[in-house]
Amino acid sequence: MMVGSDKQKALQIYVPLVVYTLLLLFPFYWMGVVSFKPTSDIFTLDLNPFWVQRFTFENYQYLFENTEFISWMWNTMLIAVVSTALSIFCSICIGYALARLKFPGSDFMGIGIFLVYLVPPTLLFIPMAEVIGALNLFNTHWALILTYPTQLIPFASWLLMGYFLTIPKEIEESALMDGCSRIQILIRIVLPLSVPGILSATIFCFTLCWNEFLYALIFMSSGDMKTIPVGTVSDLIKADTLFWGSLMASALLGSVPVAFIYSFFVKYYVSGLTASAVKG
Amino acid sequence: MNSVSIQSEKFLDRESSLGVLLMLPGLILLAVFLAYPFFLGIWLSLTDTRIGMPGEFIGLWNYVDLLEDEIFHQTALNTMVYALVTVPFKAVMGLGLALILNNQIRFSNPIRAFIMLPWIVPTALSSLGWFMIFDPVFSPISWLMIEMGFIDSNINFLGDQLIAVTAICWVNIWRGIPFFGISILAGLQAVPPELHEQAAIDGANKFQRFINVTLPQIKGLLMITSLLSIIWTFADFQLIYVLTKGGPANQTHIFGTYAYQIGLFGTEIGMAAAITLYMFPILAFFSIILLRYMRKTA
Repeated sequence: MMVGSDKQKALQIYVPLVVYTLLLLFPFYWMGVVSFKPTSDIFTLDLNPFWVQRFTFENYQYLFENTEFISWMWNTMLIAVVSTALSIFCSICIGYALARLKFPGSDFMGIGIFLVYLVPPTLLFIPMAEVIGALNLFNTHWALILTYPTQLIPFASWLLMGYFLTIPKEIEESALMDGCSRIQILIRIVLPLSVPGILSATIFCFTLCWNEFLYALIFMSSGDMKTIPVGTVSDLIKADTLFWGSLMASALLGSVPVAFIYSFFVKYYVSGLTASAVKG
Repeated sequence: MNSVSIQSEKFLDRESSLGVLLMLPGLILLAVFLAYPFFLGIWLSLTDTRIGMPGEFIGLWNYVDLLEDEIFHQTALNTMVYALVTVPFKAVMGLGLALILNNQIRFSNPIRAFIMLPWIVPTALSSLGWFMIFDPVFSPISWLMIEMGFIDSNINFLGDQLIAVTAICWVNIWRGIPFFGISILAGLQAVPPELHEQAAIDGANKFQRFINVTLPQIKGLLMITSLLSIIWTFADFQLIYVLTKGGPANQTHIFGTYAYQIGLFGTEIGMAAAITLYMFPILAFFSIILLRYMRKTA
């Protein structure tokens, strides 16, 4: 009896789960396999391509020694961290103002901020290039540090506003009675109670910065200023030869940080991702 | 009494000024790098500006010219297919994933983390993986199918329009499955178990319970997730830029990649701005539906 139901469970759950996992993870497996093969083994049809016959680190070595991968890594990290910090600061302010304070235009701001969230970079990149040019920011970190928050602030503010609203008003009111100022309340009471919300907003912002492509492609043209996604796609793909091994190594290494952060904070990311849908 | 009312008046006063003050840093950034470029884009689309050359006002000619541009027709059609036709596939496969993950599973946390990878990692980089999987010579799919005797020669995945569009859509679906899966899973876990128990007592089988109990409960979530997915993929860029750059022969462009090509390779900034602004009414349409839907469910 027990064995029968176990078998049934395996058939109904674990078999499809394995199929899904293979389907969803195959590209990463493939990147890994290619990145550890010597070039001659990549460019052959005689070997089974799904397995590494002769293991090598030469692609990774090439990536670190002969390309600007380390600069790309540094640029991506720096831009993501500063941009995220800036966005979270602005979003905490906006989120708190919208959640707790009445001011001229506060009702309409909430919807406005949400609609702005749905404005994609693709809609703005042509005029944005003119703006960045006029400000003389091409090929500087500032070009991305200042433009990324426009994609991050709307959602992060909205997420944090929802979070602040769950904190009982009474706590704040009694603190006001005791003579605390609003700013003191925000820093000493609201923020410590909102750590999970701030964490999910931070992870959301950081991943989005790390993954951004279009603005980085347009604003950063010199090789050493690129981010990992743009550098990998535009500097490792040269017209005549495809360095598949180091390309895949770079794609894999560029994916690791977000995957790593995500696996640590999976709970917060998921709650952030679904907050809109579930709470909405 | 008196002092309390004076204090509260002072406080109200401070509240509105503090509110405005707190809004300022974010609003300034949004004004300079979002609102201003938006209006600048509208202006540019009404001029014949080229890179390095100030343009002149030409009214709606860019928009009119695009209506007669066959590549633009193809681009509009591709964008629709890319954003809309893929949604049912993402939804069904995401729902399947969510139904599986909703069971008691061993190692469910690491599995969930791994399964999210297509959605989490930079699309440009995962698309690069697919780019190699679709290589005309060294594709592992072609290799496997030849080994198994299904085909005689390699599939030219990205060199033929129909196969290329299918391949692009597949990568888009692949990336979207985890997003739908995890969102729907959150909805499934919010379905009260009593509803299922009651239905089971009433004699409903598993399938009937799914149709009559589960589906109505997650309908709203499914709608919101689909609309978000449409809005995001409609305005996509990197996936197609990496896989085909709009080729072969400009047949796989979507709005974003076509505007990039016209604006940054063709240097016709005014025309490119018009291409991106053709997206605006469609994006606005889906955004308004989304907003209404979220208010209704709220």
